Amino acid sequence: MTVSATAQAVEAPTGTITAFPAVDAARLPRDTRPLRLITCGSVDDGKSTLIGRLLWDTKAVKEDQAATLRRDSGKQNDLGLPDFALLLDGLQAEREQGITIDVAYRYFATDKRSFIVADTPGHEQYTRNMATGASTADLAILLVDARTGLLEQTRRHATIASLMGIKQFVLAVNKFDLVDYDRARFDQISHQFRELALSLGVRQITAIPMSALKGENVVYDGKASMPWYDGQTLVEVLELATVRSAQTVGFRLPVQRVSRPGESFRGYQGTVAGGSVKPGDSVVILPSGMVANVTKIITFDLVRNAAVTGDAITLVLDRQVDVSRGDMIVSIDSQPQVGLDFDAQLVALQSEGIQPGRRYWLKSGSRRQRVTANPFSQLDLKTGSWNQRTGLLPMNGIGKVHLSFDENAVFDAYEQNRTTGAFILIDPDTNNTVAGGMITAKRSSLTGFRSDETRVVLSLPADLADQLMATELFSRRRDETDLLRMTAGEASQIFKDAAVDI
Amino acid sequence: MPSTLPETELHNPQTTKTPLDPHLKALENEAIHIFREVAAEFDKPVMLYSVGKDSSVLLHLARKAFYPGRVPFPLLHVNTGWKFAEMIAFRNDIVKKYDLDFIEHINPRGAAENVTPFTHGSALFTDIMKTEGLRQALDAGGFDAAFGGARRDEEASRAKERIYSFRTPEHRWDPRAQRPELWNIYNGMIRKGESVRAFPLSNWTEVDIWRYIQVEDIPLVPLYYAKERPYVERDGMMILAEDPRLELLPGETVKHGSIRFRTLGDFPLTGAIPSEATNLEEVIAELEIATVSERQGRAIDRDQSGSMEKKKREGYF
Repeated sequence: MTVSATAQAVEAPTGTITAFPAVDAARLPRDTRPLRLITCGSVDDGKSTLIGRLLWDTKAVKEDQAATLRRDSGKQNDLGLPDFALLLDGLQAEREQGITIDVAYRYFATDKRSFIVADTPGHEQYTRNMATGASTADLAILLVDARTGLLEQTRRHATIASLMGIKQFVLAVNKFDLVDYDRARFDQISHQFRELALSLGVRQITAIPMSALKGENVVYDGKASMPWYDGQTLVEVLELATVRSAQTVGFRLPVQRVSRPGESFRGYQGTVAGGSVKPGDSVVILPSGMVANVTKIITFDLVRNAAVTGDAITLVLDRQVDVSRGDMIVSIDSQPQVGLDFDAQLVALQSEGIQPGRRYWLKSGSRRQRVTANPFSQLDLKTGSWNQRTGLLPMNGIGKVHLSFDENAVFDAYEQNRTTGAFILIDPDTNNTVAGGMITAKRSSLTGFRSDETRVVLSLPADLADQLMATELFSRRRDETDLLRMTAGEASQIFKDAAVDI
Repeated sequence: MPSTLPETELHNPQTTKTPLDPHLKALENEAIHIFREVAAEFDKPVMLYSVGKDSSVLLHLARKAFYPGRVPFPLLHVNTGWKFAEMIAFRNDIVKKYDLDFIEHINPRGAAENVTPFTHGSALFTDIMKTEGLRQALDAGGFDAAFGGARRDEEASRAKERIYSFRTPEHRWDPRAQRPELWNIYNGMIRKGESVRAFPLSNWTEVDIWRYIQVEDIPLVPLYYAKERPYVERDGMMILAEDPRLELLPGETVKHGSIRFRTLGDFPLTGAIPSEATNLEEVIAELEIATVSERQGRAIDRDQSGSMEKKKREGYF
């Protein structure tokens, strides 16, 4: 049986194919960037079959690759298709041992959009691998076997996905042919899942009954077997899903490098991590706090009149200010948090875990600095509850930590910005990446109040403060000052609260 | 601080050019981000330049990333001595045209021991001239980061490659000990002697490469376009019959036909396809109906399943 005939055989009975994926799909202009997704589930749930099916039915697998598969496996499944799992397990050891080692990335496209799938193993070290795959994902597909329904691992996967900031879930109720396409079964599982997702704060939920093996409701619909299901196929859901975007309105440019091709030019190169910018905008350089105005936004193709989130640009300012790699250029009216102490959630990625009081390198954006991380709470993935627990955060553990810096750090909350709120920890001895983290909040809103020195608290109109901050005297001693922007009403409330603390 | 652009460096803005669609724009932005990050974090980066279409895209992105400055690292071509003549001519033009720092390395064992694809077979030849040659060139230059144009959609083991791919001082890749890579935060911390291979095109697919070449009007080696060319058929591959070093085996004859190449390497190891596509649009149109992957024309991948993984472990890029 030929490959195309197989696909035909699957689709033929339905008679309702509206969107046959064009073979030339990938070459059409795209009005969206690629959707990044992660698939969560185990081999038993049919995950490899699902991804293989997606690649196969969208023609992402070429004939020679299929031939290699056939040669390697010498067997086919009962539909005459190659063993999809072999398509996915790329490394020799994986094929030999029938396991999946690590995160792999797959690519496929329809005539509407292209997709990047982070494919992670469902069992071994799944927390670590899932966190890695989920960090860049816009959407998570959670796979369950229709016969077993929701498992403890479904809760684990959903919890990790939501923790990493994924706001869209698709529940794939797979192997639906094995429960005789029972509608009541589908309603029951999808209802349970909806409750789970809502409890995690995820509201964009789609449940789909499918058979990945038979290709029903993946790319082609399954009306022949499930006439009662009038919802979307998996690919239709993916085509309409939204790509994640930064929540903050404030402009953020982590400076990657300073470009000085000649004496007369100095530009700051980086990728816009939030908001937008245009010539004439006033910006602040953090952590120094110096103020300047944007004069030009330069790219290779043209001098631009604006740049938005995601753009890789070169920014030129109107005055000589001290900006170096690791600094962040931000909008003056909506600034991130600057401070020495933050709270964060961490996923421990290596066998040594995260040790309390140990000094790590923290990298966020283009900035790398020293930090200590002290765990104070750990997530129980079985129940979804946080337990007070200090001490070592073991590998694959998800914990809340206090971060303490030697020098001022600059962050947004991860909820507000998934770029400027994210970081990794690096072990200074092994140089390995030992944790991925997300900022939840800056600790203590009044870092200025320390008992051992005399401080003066001034309340000024914002424009006057900006002018003062732009003076040389001020910028030289910017490190010694604490700045809080707020309304007079908020200020008086804080002082009332602080009076109690002090 | 004066903020004028140095006039001599000012690239001609092509405001009439078709803007990139958001899909290609996102891929371009990501690649530029990686280029800048590596250039800023490492002491001595180098860009592996193989003269092919992916290298051409890579170079274009490097020029964009550092504009209005020059590309701040040299290009390294690990030559085997068996490249297509048109590739070398094209390469020399590009280096001159874009004012690039350029290094060429040929493993001296090739000439000393007369290592050829005919006498040593594709596997051993590639091992000596490409993998060993690359290691020699990287060691000689003391490079701690090397950009490559590899894509994850190319081959199964590449799908598991990081964007910053860590290599031991012996240039070895250990797929089981890769550093986790979260968000777009890359860990560039290494010890002396260790290095990373950085892959800005990781998330590009073959069709993305072609569409980008089209929209950005990137010059390519003419071998990618169909033309009447002499060839011989050997081991199921169409081999270009222009180089006098290609000796005909008994029963082989030189044929002529309209052929082109989907991928370019050493001429005896790279198969052509019959094609009438003489320009980019036609090449892309042919991709629509292509049912075999581009690496099918590469003898190096066909030695055995998992052969790319094996080569990578030994230091192949």
